[in-house]
Amino acid sequence: MAPSDDVNMISLHRLAHARAGDKGERLNLALFAYDPRHYEILLAQVTEGRVQALFAHRGVSQVRRYPLPGLAGMNLVLDDVLQGGVNGALNLDGHGKTLSFLLLGMEIALPTVLEE
Amino acid sequence: MTFLLGSGAGFSGDRTDAAIPVVAELIRRGQPAALLFETLGERTLAAAHRARHDDPDAGFEPLLDELLEPVLDDCLANGIAILGNFGAANPAGACERVKLLAEQAGRADIRIGHVQGDDIRSRLSRIDLQRWEGESGEMPGEEALISANVYLGAAPLVEALALGAEVVVTGRVADPSLFLAPLMHHFGWAWNDWDRLAAGTMAGHLGECGSQVSGGYFADPGLKDVPDLATVGYPIIEVEEDGSLVVTKPPDTGGCVTERTVKEQLLYEVHDPSGYLTPDVIVDLSGVRVREIGPDRVAVSGIRGRPAPERLKTTVCYAGGWQGEAEISYAGPNAFGRARLAAEVLRERLTFRAPSELRSRFDIIGHTSVFDSDTGDLQRHTAGQENGDYRLRLAVGHPERRWVERATQELLALYCAGPAGGGGVRRQFQRRICTASYLVKRSDVEAFATLYGTPLNDQRSHGHGAQ
Repeated sequence: MAPSDDVNMISLHRLAHARAGDKGERLNLALFAYDPRHYEILLAQVTEGRVQALFAHRGVSQVRRYPLPGLAGMNLVLDDVLQGGVNGALNLDGHGKTLSFLLLGMEIALPTVLEE
Repeated sequence: MTFLLGSGAGFSGDRTDAAIPVVAELIRRGQPAALLFETLGERTLAAAHRARHDDPDAGFEPLLDELLEPVLDDCLANGIAILGNFGAANPAGACERVKLLAEQAGRADIRIGHVQGDDIRSRLSRIDLQRWEGESGEMPGEEALISANVYLGAAPLVEALALGAEVVVTGRVADPSLFLAPLMHHFGWAWNDWDRLAAGTMAGHLGECGSQVSGGYFADPGLKDVPDLATVGYPIIEVEEDGSLVVTKPPDTGGCVTERTVKEQLLYEVHDPSGYLTPDVIVDLSGVRVREIGPDRVAVSGIRGRPAPERLKTTVCYAGGWQGEAEISYAGPNAFGRARLAAEVLRERLTFRAPSELRSRFDIIGHTSVFDSDTGDLQRHTAGQENGDYRLRLAVGHPERRWVERATQELLALYCAGPAGGGGVRRQFQRRICTASYLVKRSDVEAFATLYGTPLNDQRSHGHGAQ
């Protein structure tokens, strides 16, 4: 999405907060809008496809998204991104705990009418 | 009447003074209460088995004394039950340690509940195993197998409380079941009262990681500020007979309990929110509501439950060879160029100094590391700052120790034979224990509780029923 007069590109980090959790080779990223008015933006732009692309270099095999409108958030479940998991990975962060902030680096097109 | 669940620790390695203000508040309130220590993850269970492998008396939570000593006396004197999975790979060893601590506190008559049945290692080859859906690896051979532990539910812990246990020691138990058990014991909920079981399980889920619900693991300066993180208060969950629950924390502690802190923890390590599987119940969070009802008070409602899964999850630990790490720093002008050259030299050395099956990974910490893949895709496509502070890290894995030693030694040699100005070399290597998850039939698991050190036929008379 290209920036235009009525849209600004901003980091997801400005709109939402997130936490990562792991079980085996499966990672979950829980993502919540700071402002419930931004929930629809997240739903439209933080798609399974975009998350898959963001984690492609980690060998992600599948991304499933569970929207939670009552919490103005979503749960993203990623398979096979941990390259061995907490007891098998060569990565310093075998849990993948830091990966919530890889997600938060995603670019979001925010309509200017939704800016405060 | 409200039952209070206080968290004393959320992982192995957690703050050992965290339980003190929690217990003080539980005593001040004077309501029925329990203190829970959750100190066992997939990583720590593997570490515990490794420790017991090297020393048969070890294998329980290494910080057990530091965690219990400050609060044991107060809990025993005030009827606050303590439950913990700090037994890890050696619950009997932990029971013995608790007994000694109680003796030192003048309570040689302490009743310690010893939960058993999670260790199915000896029967593993004879029972029906199903691969857990998140698991991709192959089942290790018998020779590599170290341990197999089932995630038990709350039932044997409730049994221990019914025997009058003041401290309940477990090995592998589903984390939320530690919290559900005292609720079942206190309220006498039915084992098929799925909505209440689900609410009690979520009280456990919210409390099991300690401060992760009350301001820990949350702060992001400027966006999510948390007051006094250095003295963050660990959570207290207030649970009513009808299953309604409120998350709070002791007064005069740091941290905060807000809608946001609770939401982050609510989904922590959850996959499908409409089907969160535990041994006691399947929890449905699709209709959950999170609402601030006062300062540092958040109500969670709308939790539904349905019948518990047919099978129980089992963690299998097996020997995974050796792993090693070594690091060297480069800083100042052209630091990135020197660090990258060091990586190139090291990579070339390993092609003829180590066998081709050696797994290896090269990070340049300060440039790209934890986000990167093992093959360094991000490192190749990310420009470096010329002048910076970088640390080259080599990580290797191999079935044989000698090749891990050899490979990490090659990084040490960069001290003199590598680029200019490298310093701060560190190197370590250790046995690797890998884990894999399977599902077993409930009928293949026999979980039970006894009072530690008491002959079995004497145990009925020691039962104290509801506290």
